[in-house]
Amino acid sequence: MTTEAETAAVPTSGQARGPRRRRSPQAAAAARLAGVLVSPTLLVLGLVVVYPIVAALRQSLFTEGQGVDADGFVVEGEQFTGLGNYADVFAGPAAARFWNAVWNTTFFTTTTVVLEALLGVVMALIMHRAFRGRGLVRASVLVPWAIPTAVSALLWRWIFASDGVVNAMLGTQVLWSADGAPAKLAVIVAEVWKTAPFVGLLVLAGLQVIPRDVFEAARVDGANAWQRFAHITLPLVRPALLVAVLFRMLDSLRMFDLPFVLIGQQKGSVETLSMLAWQEATNVRYGPAAAYATIMFCYVAIVAFAFVKLLGADLLGEARSQARTARKPGKAVA
Amino acid sequence: MRQRNRLAIAAVLTCTAALTAGCGGSSTNEPSAALEGRGPITFVAGKDEENVNPKIVEAWNKAHPDEQVRFIELSSSADDQRQQMVQNAQTKSDAFTVLDLDNVWTTEFAANRWISELPREQFGVDKFVPTTVETSLYRDRLYGVPATSDGAMLYFREDLLAKAGVQPPTTWEEMRQACDKVLALPEAAGMSCFAGQYEKYEGLTVNFAEAVHGAGGVVTDPNGKPQVNTPEAKRGLDALVEGFRAGTIPRDAITFKETETRRAFMDGKIVFSRAWPNQYSHAAKNDGSSGVAGKFDVAPLPGVAGPGVSSLGGHSLAISAFAKNKATAVDFIKFATAPEQQRLRLDQGSLAPTLSELYDDPSMQAKYPYLPLLKKSIEGAEPRPRVIKYGEVTDVIQEHVYAALRGEKPSDQALADLQARLQELTGQQ
Repeated sequence: MTTEAETAAVPTSGQARGPRRRRSPQAAAAARLAGVLVSPTLLVLGLVVVYPIVAALRQSLFTEGQGVDADGFVVEGEQFTGLGNYADVFAGPAAARFWNAVWNTTFFTTTTVVLEALLGVVMALIMHRAFRGRGLVRASVLVPWAIPTAVSALLWRWIFASDGVVNAMLGTQVLWSADGAPAKLAVIVAEVWKTAPFVGLLVLAGLQVIPRDVFEAARVDGANAWQRFAHITLPLVRPALLVAVLFRMLDSLRMFDLPFVLIGQQKGSVETLSMLAWQEATNVRYGPAAAYATIMFCYVAIVAFAFVKLLGADLLGEARSQARTARKPGKAVA
Repeated sequence: MRQRNRLAIAAVLTCTAALTAGCGGSSTNEPSAALEGRGPITFVAGKDEENVNPKIVEAWNKAHPDEQVRFIELSSSADDQRQQMVQNAQTKSDAFTVLDLDNVWTTEFAANRWISELPREQFGVDKFVPTTVETSLYRDRLYGVPATSDGAMLYFREDLLAKAGVQPPTTWEEMRQACDKVLALPEAAGMSCFAGQYEKYEGLTVNFAEAVHGAGGVVTDPNGKPQVNTPEAKRGLDALVEGFRAGTIPRDAITFKETETRRAFMDGKIVFSRAWPNQYSHAAKNDGSSGVAGKFDVAPLPGVAGPGVSSLGGHSLAISAFAKNKATAVDFIKFATAPEQQRLRLDQGSLAPTLSELYDDPSMQAKYPYLPLLKKSIEGAEPRPRVIKYGEVTDVIQEHVYAALRGEKPSDQALADLQARLQELTGQQ
């Protein structure tokens, strides 16, 4: 245990990477101390992250007893089915429902994240400007983000009710919460309303670290507002924006409470992967539920990986180098 | 770098394995059939609006200092309540003793041996409305004692019916004719005829079962075999489908749960509504929230050839198989279902009792004028399908009925599909 923790906690700096034997006694002692200090964190992580994942994986390979004995009692016990649950998900009678849920999840993620990114940038640009009442605007933009999702879903359910505000304003008689395309739209509107401020806030943080003189120089060179935005603001705010988009994507891939409360259960037009997993679990079918959850986990992991690889290959590197360049002048002065 | 990560993961796994091994040794409670042992217990129920359960627990605790009951309040959502009770059973925990079960869960809990069989003769269930006791039986053995009940009624606009000179209808056909006359009145401009609950949730199963039973059909026969692909069931479902198509049922009723139906009735948008008794006190309020106070009355649900059949609601008290101090639990259930407590529930929480005599009590009738009618509704009510996989059964019923109501599937197709799925789920071919 100690030796493992020790090796696990080798300092990250470049020099320590050489062969172990050459390490000085002091370095070894420091490493041991580091290992001891880090181990509680690793333990907690193991308990709350690794163990549930492994348990879910294991669970997804079993099914619950389904038979009934002569007295009418359910025969207890789990049966090992190998990949049976996964086969059912992909090709069983419920496969159409699964693929529909995958499509919904992907569709909601794409549309809402794109809209949120656009709106978020606009919000950030507005909040970044100096004007009277800026504090008030900044605070009020954050209100939707501060409301719990289930509560905001309830609010939107009233707004989208058949005799609600939306129908009254548009003069329509659309049944938003019934199954169908309007339900999708309702979910997208509510989701964007709620989470665009989050993107806005992160982008605002990115905007605030851009030095003013860059803009002044551009203005002196005769760049118009659009050119300044496209060639200065956007590239410089990109790391913050990408982080925000990544967070939002991971979040909306596991969307559950908004469609659940706003539209309802078992509505094909808004059913997401999380809702399928919930549905199975609530019917005491933990094996299939775990299979759905595992598939969703893999899907989210792949999307995140692909996103970082394709769009943000230098996401972390960029942030690190920015931090380094920001620190260096300070050191020089000192 | 990679090497280090792998080692870190290995370290974590070792720690976790060691820890779980340590935890795994704790004792699990095996279910015992004997109802023995005295001492502290818990009573687990969903949140009720009027907070009657805490009062009952308090009254018990005053009289039984050595057998205290701790009240565990779950959320008001039925799904959440069931989930927590199932989890308690799956971990074989002794945290929950007396469970307040929705009567549609009895079969599932009994068949899984999550609740203990109860000695029928000890609870005086002969004095209860027979249908309420029926929902607490599994294979003719008692698993719960019904504490509350519920039956639907037809709410109607007495003022408009009187003006149009029509009697409260007893059949769907009479209701349609009554609507033709009432909706021709200038006061009824813009109103619709009838609404129940047709959103995709438990209420849809309730309304569908009522339509089928009202047309002389069944959802499951006495042997538990699904029978929805029948001419009677089709006539029942068609009554709803036709109602939507002809506009007798307003189009937006497809989004109605109990609250929406109540609002539509109280705002004067519908002449007739199918609702539980709790709509009565809301609609009768004189504080301006109801537009129909003093203008409505109740009647039995209509059916095809005569009065219809309500679906049976209600809760019963059961004992978790994994609990301790079950003798105390038996006594507490007797106490909580005794006449005084049932009266308290009715009086303060307007919850329908299961004891027949309370419906005939003049002082209660003075407070709740609908009691004689409700008694009839409950006496003639049909339980929803009593099947082990009720959760999945109600899901597939909602799925197919909803599709039929929205015109996505012809009703005979929907019923044939539903029959096939129900046979799969109940294991009856």
